[in-house]
Amino acid sequence: MSDGTLLLVALVLPFLGSLLAGFLPTHARNAAAVLAGSVSLVGVAIIVWLYAAVADDGPVRLWLAWLPMLGLDFTLRLDGLAWLFAILIFGIGALVVLYARYYMSPEDPVPRFFSFLLAFMGSMVGVVVSGNMVQLVFFWELTSLFSFLLIGYWHHTTAARDGARMALIVTASGGLCLLVGVLLLGRIVGSYDVDQILASGDLLRDSSLYVPALVLILLGAFTKSAQFPFHFWLPHAMAAPTPVSAYLHSATMVKAGIFLLMRLWPVMAGTDAWFYIVVPAGLITLLLGAFAAIFQQDLKGLLAYSTISHLGLITLLLGLGSPLAAVAAIFHTLNHAIFKASLFMAAGIIDHETGTRDLRKLSGLYRYMPFTATLAMVAAAAMAGVPLLNGFISKEMFFAEAVADHTGSLLDDSLPYWATLAGVFSVTYSLRFILGVFFGPPPVGLPHRPHEPAHWMRFPIELLVLICLLIGIVPGLTVGPVLATAVQGLLNATAPYYSLALWHGFTLPLLMSFIALAGGVVLYAALRRYLDSGIEGPPVLRELKGQRIFEKVLVTLSWQWARAAEAALGTRRLQPQMRIVVGLAVVAALAPFLAGGAVGTGTLPGTPVAPAFALLWAVGIACALSAAYQAKYHRFAALVLVGGSGLVTVITFIWLSAPDLAVTQLLVEIVTTVLLLLGLRWLPKRIENVYPNRPPLKVLIRRYADFTIACSLGGLMAFLSYCLMTRPLPESVSRFFVERAYSEGGGRNIVNVILVDFRGFDTMGEIVVLCLAALTVFALLRRFRPAPESIESPEQQRIQNAYDEAAPDRRPGDTATDDMLIPRLIMHWLFPVIAVLAVYLFMRGHDLPGGGFAAGITLSIAFVVQYMASGTRWVEDHLRVLPLRWMGLGLLTSAATGVGSWWFGYPFLTSHFQYVELPFIGKMPTASALLFDLGVFLLVVGATVLILIALAHQSLRSSRAAQAAEGGE
Amino acid sequence: MMEMILSIGIGVFAASGVWLILRPRTYQVIIGLSLISYAVNLFIFSMGRVRIDAPPILQPDVPGDPAALADPIPQALVLTAIVIGFAMTALFLVVLLAARGRTGTDHVDGREPE
Repeated sequence: MSDGTLLLVALVLPFLGSLLAGFLPTHARNAAAVLAGSVSLVGVAIIVWLYAAVADDGPVRLWLAWLPMLGLDFTLRLDGLAWLFAILIFGIGALVVLYARYYMSPEDPVPRFFSFLLAFMGSMVGVVVSGNMVQLVFFWELTSLFSFLLIGYWHHTTAARDGARMALIVTASGGLCLLVGVLLLGRIVGSYDVDQILASGDLLRDSSLYVPALVLILLGAFTKSAQFPFHFWLPHAMAAPTPVSAYLHSATMVKAGIFLLMRLWPVMAGTDAWFYIVVPAGLITLLLGAFAAIFQQDLKGLLAYSTISHLGLITLLLGLGSPLAAVAAIFHTLNHAIFKASLFMAAGIIDHETGTRDLRKLSGLYRYMPFTATLAMVAAAAMAGVPLLNGFISKEMFFAEAVADHTGSLLDDSLPYWATLAGVFSVTYSLRFILGVFFGPPPVGLPHRPHEPAHWMRFPIELLVLICLLIGIVPGLTVGPVLATAVQGLLNATAPYYSLALWHGFTLPLLMSFIALAGGVVLYAALRRYLDSGIEGPPVLRELKGQRIFEKVLVTLSWQWARAAEAALGTRRLQPQMRIVVGLAVVAALAPFLAGGAVGTGTLPGTPVAPAFALLWAVGIACALSAAYQAKYHRFAALVLVGGSGLVTVITFIWLSAPDLAVTQLLVEIVTTVLLLLGLRWLPKRIENVYPNRPPLKVLIRRYADFTIACSLGGLMAFLSYCLMTRPLPESVSRFFVERAYSEGGGRNIVNVILVDFRGFDTMGEIVVLCLAALTVFALLRRFRPAPESIESPEQQRIQNAYDEAAPDRRPGDTATDDMLIPRLIMHWLFPVIAVLAVYLFMRGHDLPGGGFAAGITLSIAFVVQYMASGTRWVEDHLRVLPLRWMGLGLLTSAATGVGSWWFGYPFLTSHFQYVELPFIGKMPTASALLFDLGVFLLVVGATVLILIALAHQSLRSSRAAQAAEGGE
Repeated sequence: MMEMILSIGIGVFAASGVWLILRPRTYQVIIGLSLISYAVNLFIFSMGRVRIDAPPILQPDVPGDPAALADPIPQALVLTAIVIGFAMTALFLVVLLAARGRTGTDHVDGREPE
């Protein structure tokens, strides 16, 4: 396997593991842990294996074309910097998995936890190994998403939900800014490829878009890495299980922003804009975080603010713009990940074994868990920057950089003082952590009696603390080569000289370190009384809460403004909305006239009037007007009248050379009428004359307004169609269809050929819509609850049944049966006739009016006629209609016909035809479009029958309900 | 002129339909939608101009001449619209019935006006 492929495996493996873990049973705690652990270890092995290649030959790459036209390729690129982050992700990941195995309670759905954790691991690896900036942003957003899921893992607690939401909103908004920034970057450079971007530093810095791109990218980095003023989400993310805090919110995810700054450092850093945005942000974060950390009462809160402060330190270093500062930044990133992860795990152990993380309750734990206490003390000492530990060396480098001159500005000159002050703070909070938790009187009132944890739970801390010591004592031997490779990857050959050693002689940074240590001890002693008073949060700054501002903004945006907008623009009433819609249609129809001036009628000589046609439309117009008038009180009459208008439409279609439309419209008319008849029964009785004297003025005004709207729309539509009809028909795509219908579609009915052949894909979509409508009708009716007053049988049925019950020799229902005797017989006999008609319409459809739609509706009428003649029960005893199967079969047939053309190497739904000689019938066209039409036919039958039967069944159901109600009384 | 008659018919159908969909009762709206469907279908259809005795069906062994036949495209569009219109009517009817069962009223807003 090539190195590039191995890298791909390392990226894909966590996602596969995540999927697999997601399917494990809820209580498969060990299986999930073993899975996650193996994935992480394989990841570690692959990354370690790739080290030689990265160190010797430069970045390992993998390139897969995706959308090359847009400059989007799937590119993996592992250089020294990415290697360092990758090993952190997999290495600390493996330790966190081991730790989490013991930390997570068996009652929790642990496989889900590991599934999220693995997915996060994959996303994070994706961020660091992406060789394309857009791809990086994609994985970046994935990390935000999985961080959200992990923080909200215990979603039954409000803190977890709120913390998760806050983290997602802050980091994902930053991610959006980053995306725009990256798009700008790509626009400047002309490519999203990391190598290309890294080679275009001057072009980038000289561009007029540099500052906007920089600001947007920094917004992304600062939100992710919890830099002031976006730092507030991180302490709330501590609602997550502690392994998550150790992994995402100290070692890896919050370092994504840092990674991005490092990635773009060679091409974006060094300008004034960079210095004056990044340095102040980093400095404020460093000081504020360290100061706030001192005053936390929650153990994890203390660590969270300390993390914020250390992230600020790294940002500050990167902001300085000197190569040495960048080296220090990389080194501190590594060191911080190691000691902070072990501290979080220690905090988790304390929480796990004592049941609390409150510093006011914890005390004197050394006597119960000496081993854990010792480990935590070493790690905390590393955090404070005590010599012989890794934190000391990188902090020393930080102090050296703070002293060094960069821009000569006031900000630059004052840095040593600020740096020392931050050092003092960090010593103070480290002391507080150690002295507060492990020393002092024995604790009282703890939920559990504390004791040492299981050995394997402590093992990750042991290993990490050992690494702290090794790096701290012999840095050159342990971390030296790795750091050199990372620096090489970051700075690309211009690596400055730096010395990794414990002892540099009596220098200013060393003095600063000792001032910080001594000052920290003094400050702790001075604050002792204040801290013991148990007040939560730092003095002065306590009132300034990012969270409160965030929530205020959120409430304003998503609640108050939304409500205001709804109140101003929305209505729950349909009629005003309809008026707006229709009004807009009127405006749209008027617009061309208003813009282009008055338009007269066309020049086409009119077609001479046939008197019968005029008469026909007189009837049609009368029907439409009376339907509009009667629809409120006389529903049945309105239905008949609408049917009249429909018939006029049908005859118009025939008259004006559209036989296909006429056939289809006529059939649809029949089915629609039956449908509405079935529905009528469930509508409420209408009380006439609501306003006995005269309707109130308001109602009258509304009616006149509606009348005006209706008339203007109708008038406009009439005028528009008249204008168009009197103009000559321009040349259009119709010529194509007319000339090729036969030669290429093999049919003489051009409309049918268009539907099933040329535009077969549209028809495919249309039958899917029909299918969905039918299924929706079916689903809605399954839950149908009729209004109480509609449940009892209709009046006519009651009269008939009463008559039957009164007569001794009759059973209820006999009258209805007798009345229908002759029609029923005819209707039974009609079934084969209509079915043959349907087949006929279908077969001739390609050459003459007819086709799948018409045939399908015809056959469904044959079924419906049986239901009307004999009632639902009788039909279903004698005939099993399975409309759902018809629909499925139809859809499959149509789709299979379309897919079939792939088989012969043609695009979807390409038609093939030839004429075959059939016995008795004669020469018949058999285009593959016929098969497609067959699918249409089957689906239309199924859908229509399904809709009608579902509606007809409601009567059965409600009569059963009525009987049950009577039986119950 | 046939054109005049047809366009007046389209206008009246549309006006009646619009009047009805602005009414408060669901049944009025469904009837109105049917009328609007006729009007719109005829409107689209009329874009192919008024042609008599020229159905878009080719005679055997005669090459297709667009000038001699009615325009097939508006017809194909309307054919689709008719079937979709049926599906829509059915769906709307059932929504209407379900709303009536659930809210106890056939007012379009799901509650009687005050």
